[in-house]
Amino acid sequence: MRYLPLQPEDRQAMLGVIGANSIDDLFVDVPAAARLSGTVPGLPMHATELQVERQLGALARMNQAAGDQPFFLGAGSYKHHVPASVDHIIQRGEFLTSYTPYQPEIAQGTLQALFEFQTQVARLYGCEVANASMYDGSTACWEAIVMARRITRRGKAILSGGLHPHYVSVCETMAKFTGDTLETALPKLDGTGEMEMARLIAAVDTETSCVVVQNPGILGRIADLSELAEACQAKGALLIAVVTEPVSLGLIKSPGEMGADIVVGEGQSIGVGLQFGGPYVGLFACAEKHVRQMPGRLAGETVDADGQRGFVLTLSTREQHIRREKATSNICTNSGLCALAFTVHMTLLGEKGLRDLAALNHALAVQAADRLAKVPGVAVMDGAFFNEFTLTLSKEARPVVRAMAEKGVLGGVSLGRLYPGVEHLERGLVVCVTETSTEEDVEALAGALEEALA
Amino acid sequence: MSAINQSGWRPEMGSGSEGTAPATYTGNKALMLEEPLLFEIGDADRTGVDLPERPKVASRLAGLERNRPIGLPGLSEPEAVRHYTRLSRQNYAIDLGLFPLGSCTMKHNPRLNEKMARLPGFADLHPLTPVDGIQGALAVIHLVGEWLKALTNMPGIAMSPKAGAHGELCGLLAIRAAHEARGDARKIILVPESAHGTNPATAAFAGYQVRGIPATEDGRVDLDALKAALSPEVAGVMITNPNTCGLFERDMIAICEAVHGVGGYVYCDGANFNAIVGRVRPGDLGVDAMHINLHKTFSTPHGGGGPGSGPVVFSEALAPFAPLPFVEKHGDRYVLVEEETVGEEGHSKAFGRMVAFHGQMGMFTRAAAYMLSHGADGLKQVSEDAVLSANYILRSLEGVMDAPFAASGPCMHEAIFSDKGFAESFSTLDVAKGLIDEGFHPMTVYFPLVVHGAMLIEPTETESKAALDQFVGALRSVAERAKAGDAALKAAPIYAPRRRLDETAAARKPVLVWKEPVQAQAAE
Repeated sequence: MRYLPLQPEDRQAMLGVIGANSIDDLFVDVPAAARLSGTVPGLPMHATELQVERQLGALARMNQAAGDQPFFLGAGSYKHHVPASVDHIIQRGEFLTSYTPYQPEIAQGTLQALFEFQTQVARLYGCEVANASMYDGSTACWEAIVMARRITRRGKAILSGGLHPHYVSVCETMAKFTGDTLETALPKLDGTGEMEMARLIAAVDTETSCVVVQNPGILGRIADLSELAEACQAKGALLIAVVTEPVSLGLIKSPGEMGADIVVGEGQSIGVGLQFGGPYVGLFACAEKHVRQMPGRLAGETVDADGQRGFVLTLSTREQHIRREKATSNICTNSGLCALAFTVHMTLLGEKGLRDLAALNHALAVQAADRLAKVPGVAVMDGAFFNEFTLTLSKEARPVVRAMAEKGVLGGVSLGRLYPGVEHLERGLVVCVTETSTEEDVEALAGALEEALA
Repeated sequence: MSAINQSGWRPEMGSGSEGTAPATYTGNKALMLEEPLLFEIGDADRTGVDLPERPKVASRLAGLERNRPIGLPGLSEPEAVRHYTRLSRQNYAIDLGLFPLGSCTMKHNPRLNEKMARLPGFADLHPLTPVDGIQGALAVIHLVGEWLKALTNMPGIAMSPKAGAHGELCGLLAIRAAHEARGDARKIILVPESAHGTNPATAAFAGYQVRGIPATEDGRVDLDALKAALSPEVAGVMITNPNTCGLFERDMIAICEAVHGVGGYVYCDGANFNAIVGRVRPGDLGVDAMHINLHKTFSTPHGGGGPGSGPVVFSEALAPFAPLPFVEKHGDRYVLVEEETVGEEGHSKAFGRMVAFHGQMGMFTRAAAYMLSHGADGLKQVSEDAVLSANYILRSLEGVMDAPFAASGPCMHEAIFSDKGFAESFSTLDVAKGLIDEGFHPMTVYFPLVVHGAMLIEPTETESKAALDQFVGALRSVAERAKAGDAALKAAPIYAPRRRLDETAAARKPVLVWKEPVQAQAAE
């Protein structure tokens, strides 16, 4: 077995030092009823590297990779070009095969990169501080609601209809068990639909811990959060902004600038790739005054015994390994390597690159929306958007998506997939256009739509 | 004692401590390179990406354009590669040497796993691609799930939890859902004192009250105390097996029977599954739910703190409550069940959804490569070699360091020592920092809490005997220094990129993001 260095003679010598006759002597504490006589039944024996490559390679080829055809899927997971050097850096063994930096003297690489990550996220979100990452956007969203409950000592959260339905499901699942009250809503295809600022502003009261609003929303619309932030402040509630497409923040005002108290989101767009939904990287930022209520790891600056600058994990008295049942969260392992990928990609972009990338995404999306509006049976939603917008089709969208996929066009995400059984959304198709979409791709989508709607 | 390295060569140490070595102009010491922060070397106009011209269109941003600087410095590609490569060299890693963190299972991360995860069919696949275009991905999720079920002899599985603690949450929510389905609102979870901090934190996060269970003198759960704590109020027990002292819970079957006797469920923290994988199936012990850290037992990389992956296996009783989504195989076709209303009978009991999308696909692919490579025979050898190596360390060092449970029999995959016998004012921390100078990552220290100054050593199965011998020699040497009260040990590490860091100062006045130095601001 290529991964096991011990040789038969090593094993024999080691048993001798231990004073055991056989390996079985070391498993004597296992109850006899649970001891297997041989190998676990029902599983194959070991395989060579080549055999494993063949088996998994065959499975990989059964999938419809994004890069293989015109591709317009988004809805919380975005295809962006990731520079080759990002993957090179995260595959360096010193990053890839290191642990959570509990021994800071020999983990300065990870710690400094996390400190850079925290600074980048805080600035991107327009907040004072950010943590060292969460699992993903959806779990970060729930953690933000729990944090708002701790800060306000209130148990009611109001969720915007523009919040990703999977994020809503995660929150609903958790709230069922914790006893938090959630007020949820569905997005609407007409009017300004999912942003529904007026409803949210009217709904905030003195029992509200937080309002959760996603920007851009699930249908792609963007909105000014400032008035909602003021309404929250007036009632002592917190505004939680969720960002599933961080590239948007190269072009539009950050949630922090618009008055959000806690900003969370998905960082996958930058550096991480699609990966069929995971691993991704949750981003989490807030005002400095709330930092002791924050979940997750934090890297902080300090000095060593010689007075040299260095970094450590800090404020760990919030965390499970110190506070146990009184911790702010149970999170332990976070998404360190994805956070590194985010940081390296963001460093390669820099402010200029991020702004240009965002502007390019927006321009291509506007151009595509105008083209698709000309397809018979297609109406483009009104309102402002970044790189994602919703079409209302003359037919139910879910079968249209399947029909287009069979013809080699991944044309978008149907709202029927995201909101099964919701009649007023079933003709909605969310289309995302990034720098990876070409003019030919848009033409292919227009043609496929026209054919499917004919 | 064997030589410090196999050739017998040892460097001349001279008197070369920090104080006498001449300072360099750069602050660098040859290959030990100092690296400033990105914010000190980059600027907003510099970039490492080239983008095409964009079409001229009227923007549709409704006046929400950013009009202030963001503060994100960039670097060109050569600068960025050098910056992060230099940072990488300040990290210890498995690729560099033995990484004996107890309970963390820092084993070799095979590069085949990385190669497989990067196949475009897996890496460049959108989670909402129509089901005909994701059959291969669903096949991988199904394959890993079937392996985990076979290795644990448990019939149900949830693949979506993102890490170990998230898996614990999944298990406890299934337990709550099962009780609530019977109209039984139990409020208490029992957790042994030696448990990982995530156990009580998770129980609280799931809305439970936590009660402790003491350990016996020999480092195991006190069965009588457990039985005394059981009542119809108890929803379940969280047990780590093998436990955090590195010992197999001999009474596990009796524990499960007692808990089931009052209508409770047994959650097993599977962090230490590496000790028994391929040899013992937790389902045969009576466990109802257990998470499996793919980033421990199944070799997916720890990446400096994640991402992990924590699938959960379930007994017959809890299986129907497993969360959405899940993969089913109907004939030759794989189906992704995302909705409570779709699919076969029984799905209506699913307790909800824990994450957006479907879990850590990138980790499933890596774990699949690992499982297929080892096979049932290789995995059995994994646990045997892991346990053999830990016992070898235990017996090689028990004469030098206090091993509190050495008399109670063999350990499993990790060996535990205490600080008993160190000279006054010398601590476990000093030994840990001394090991750093010897070129090793320290063991887990001060955990579990039930052993004073605990040092928990998990060598894993991917170390050669020569590597184990070198580690034993180094630790013996450092422990002797702690026992003799060698004052120089207090200054360790002296050869690492940094000396001991002031964690108290970091927490007292937290600096969590970079800010422009005050002088520079004043000059503007």
